[in-house]
Amino acid sequence: MNWSWDHAYAVLPQLLKGLVITIEATIVASLIAYVLGLAIAILKMSKSKSMRVSLYWITEFIRRTPILVQLYVVFYVLPDFGIFLEAFTCGVIVLGVHFSTYTSEVFRAGIDNVSKGQWEAAKSLNYNPYQAWKYVILPQAIPPMIPPLANYLITMFKETPLLAFITVVELFRAADQYSNSYYTYLEPMTLVGVFFLLVSIPSAMIAMKLEKKFKPIKVAR
Amino acid sequence: MNNIIQFENVSKSFGDLKVLNKLNLEVKDGEKLALIGPSGSGKTTILRILMTLETIDDGFVSVNGEYLWHEKNNGKIIPASENHLHKMRNHIGMVFQQFNLFPHLTAIENVEQPQILIKKRTKPEAKEKAEELFNLVGLNDKKDHYPHELSGGQQQRVAIARALAMEPKIMLFDEVTSALDPELVDEVLTVLRKLASDTDTTMLTVTHEMNFAREFADRVLFFDGGQIVESGKPENIFSNPAEKRTKEFLKKFINNVN
Repeated sequence: MNWSWDHAYAVLPQLLKGLVITIEATIVASLIAYVLGLAIAILKMSKSKSMRVSLYWITEFIRRTPILVQLYVVFYVLPDFGIFLEAFTCGVIVLGVHFSTYTSEVFRAGIDNVSKGQWEAAKSLNYNPYQAWKYVILPQAIPPMIPPLANYLITMFKETPLLAFITVVELFRAADQYSNSYYTYLEPMTLVGVFFLLVSIPSAMIAMKLEKKFKPIKVAR
Repeated sequence: MNNIIQFENVSKSFGDLKVLNKLNLEVKDGEKLALIGPSGSGKTTILRILMTLETIDDGFVSVNGEYLWHEKNNGKIIPASENHLHKMRNHIGMVFQQFNLFPHLTAIENVEQPQILIKKRTKPEAKEKAEELFNLVGLNDKKDHYPHELSGGQQQRVAIARALAMEPKIMLFDEVTSALDPELVDEVLTVLRKLASDTDTTMLTVTHEMNFAREFADRVLFFDGGQIVESGKPENIFSNPAEKRTKEFLKKFINNVN
């Protein structure tokens, strides 16, 4: 089999369109994963035991089942119950919810790292819980969370080809469509790999830089 | 003078451990109190109950003429709501053993932020107040430093300024020099002595610094087993304790120190 530059050039416009969809999906899914993950982390610290237990089992269930199966259930099974979602919407929700179970652990660890004394100081100054979270706890908890959250962003980016299975024409499916039409996999799939590397290697380097920058805040004794 | 703080038959347990056993205590407005006694005798718990960091199991606590952990609703006494506690906390400030400064804020921001958020002061008002207090605690040249750039003694003085900025009627000092290196203890105690002589704020301090307690306090309370064993003027307690347990504690303490 020989590399054909003709195929490579011909597939390029479709691939670029696919790349845009891939990046959009990554951004929307990661926003869902971050916001929902933070909410789960905070709710898991709730005083209500039934809340904590049910969240534990829900997150375990989501984390221990394959994303592909979740995609199929939401996209192909939910319509039977009258719930219709667009493929893209469905894909980013499933991806975002799946990864929120991981990001919630990052948030929880970051919040746990802020000492109990900080809560007590905030309370002694009469901060209400909202003010304590906003002005005392989160500003300390978030910086050390940024590197692991950036790593999950890269992982989510690499998982987006799964959306191809529910008809989203992202980078991988764009290449696959071309391959099916012209019976050549070499050029489209090689280029897909190159595009993924071009995005994920610089991102990983940024994540490493962040890791150095956001060391946990020092507390002198 | 009125009692600004009153404990009536207050009990508190942690699991099986009874830290306060039907405690009765009255503190007059403006009084400076030193609480001494062995570890686990319930001294710190008293401060933490007043700061609403610990609940009580039984009895009543009053602050400034109102129940702290209860409120009246249609003539009935019910457990305090978060709103009630929020209102009551305005009367009280606390300084902790571990300083608990906010590490992401500079020293002066630590003192300004609570004023802006809680006292609804403007930024310039908060800054003016903070600078006045940095003068008082002798840290004017350190106000733009972050907590981790300050020594323990300096951090603790910032923490004192932060609590004072809220202008509480009652200040609680929980072993504020216990986490400090010995050479840094004095700079903090000096500030406390100055506060004690210059202000009419009611002060309760839990301390193991007996010499300091003697100078600082109008009244010394000796705690053991969740109860007040002995209370009186410092010169009486330290020079001529009436109770055997007090004598033993003071003797042991002085031996340990020397």
